[in-house]
Amino acid sequence: MATESKTAELTELEQFRKDNGLALQEERPLTTLNLGPTHPATHGIFQNILQMDGEKIVDAVPTIGYIHRAFEKIAERRPFYQITPLTDRMNYCSSPINNMGYHMTVEKLLGITVPKRAQYIRVIMMELARISDHLICNSILGVDSGAFTGFLYVMQEREHIYDIYEEVCGARLTTNMGRIGGMERDLSPKALHLIGEFLNRFPKVWAEFEKMMTRNRIFMDRTTGVGAISAERALNYGFTGPNLRAAGVDYDVRVMNPYSSYEDFEFEIPVGSNGDTYDRFLVRNEEVWQSLKIIEQAYKNLPEGSYHADAPHYYLPPKQEVYTNMEALIYHFKIVMGETDAPVGEVYHSVEGGNGELGFYLISDGGRTPYRLHFRRPCFIYYQAYTEMIKGGQLADAILTLSSLNVIAGELDA
Amino acid sequence: MELTNENVLGKIISKFGEENIWDAFSPDGIMTITTNRASIIDLIQYLYDDEELQIRFLTTMCGIHYPDHKGKELCVMYQLHSLRHNYRIRIKVFMPADDAVMPTLTNLYATSNWMERETFDFYGVKFVGHPNLTRILNIEEMEYHPMLKQYPLEDQTREDKIDTYFGR
Repeated sequence: MATESKTAELTELEQFRKDNGLALQEERPLTTLNLGPTHPATHGIFQNILQMDGEKIVDAVPTIGYIHRAFEKIAERRPFYQITPLTDRMNYCSSPINNMGYHMTVEKLLGITVPKRAQYIRVIMMELARISDHLICNSILGVDSGAFTGFLYVMQEREHIYDIYEEVCGARLTTNMGRIGGMERDLSPKALHLIGEFLNRFPKVWAEFEKMMTRNRIFMDRTTGVGAISAERALNYGFTGPNLRAAGVDYDVRVMNPYSSYEDFEFEIPVGSNGDTYDRFLVRNEEVWQSLKIIEQAYKNLPEGSYHADAPHYYLPPKQEVYTNMEALIYHFKIVMGETDAPVGEVYHSVEGGNGELGFYLISDGGRTPYRLHFRRPCFIYYQAYTEMIKGGQLADAILTLSSLNVIAGELDA
Repeated sequence: MELTNENVLGKIISKFGEENIWDAFSPDGIMTITTNRASIIDLIQYLYDDEELQIRFLTTMCGIHYPDHKGKELCVMYQLHSLRHNYRIRIKVFMPADDAVMPTLTNLYATSNWMERETFDFYGVKFVGHPNLTRILNIEEMEYHPMLKQYPLEDQTREDKIDTYFGR
């Protein structure tokens, strides 16, 4: 064998292959290919070192951590409020879900009950975020398969969702509209109007997008049977969200452990059967329709009442009150300076994020900061199955698989 | 059998004995138990295999550091979920910092591969039998495990700061 005679003196490349358990060159020379870290099709900074036999992928070594920002470490030094900006930088395609998931975790620790109106507003915002997350994922899947038009059709709608965010909180991407105990402010008439407008307009756009992609022969050929994973393997890998449902398991946190009044709404859980790229696309498509249904219900039945809980020690008062009300100013100061302690406790809360079960595990030792905060990040879990999913396939299929898994680098590395 | 915390705890204790399962409490409704290194893999395997429990989903896992607890400074927490019964359970294993060794769970759950690498990266817990126990989020050249409490971040409320360094 050629490899044996070479073992005495390994080249740098061969040494790398040996260290990472990759096959050494045998009768046919394998090509080592770097996919990423900054390849346009990886949509983020992570690397895959592929072993190629022609166009076929023989093996792959994923490397992550390029944008690791040590959120879990930073969180141990921050008062509870100041952790919010860390969470919305994880999955930046659907930051309200991350924010509110974190806020609900802290509320669980503090034992705060949020009024119905605030819960409904949260549901509206979280579902809008889910739509914008799925919208990006599916339209970028089109781009990766060569269909740029779909992306152009729907990207305008994401802007409209961001307009709603902007009206609600002032920011478009890294939203901080939630507070521990409710919302920062009530939905303004303009925000309600924008949401209503969105509900009228968006179904038409999404139907058009579906019409273009779903039964498209080229798109189907490119995605059917690509990057498939069985339900059993998906569960073993800890998949959740659309990627698990595409494999045929109807696990949805919103239904199994309802939070924020999700039990009030009627919606279905779309389920696929093959767990391939096409099914993941279909499941996300259908989920957008279901999200619209939820928003419609919440929008129509928005209860009257307060938009925040009566918890002055923890609820950061709205700015207008801080300017005009002495108590609000005092509490604002105390909360911002982190002078209010949380009770001793240990709590896990999970929400259905844009791409799966986003969990927060929080240990409080009674101080003003969490003793330990661990994020259960769905992307971190998907990406380790990626190697197994692309093995034996072609390079072009690997791109589509990655795109349909919706791995967001910010969440992967946290 | 209805899966309540008492029932499950009773079942686990009758199988593994009180010397291996202790400190059971449920801080947020999720039952939390402590076990030892020798039983942890068998315990998780048992929860997986048992027909009544069917706890077959590893939700998350992480390390925790308690520098003040002598002899059990490091902790590894596993959180499992039975999708059939919608029942969650949390298992903790404590160990001394100078003997931070754990058996690997990768033979049962593929997902624990990267979780264990993350725990090793952050806390230095060595998982025996892990196929590729290397750092995952930090660089290979790093010589310490950054989530340990002896590497604090700067505290905003510290009083021993020298103002001139901060332009005050």
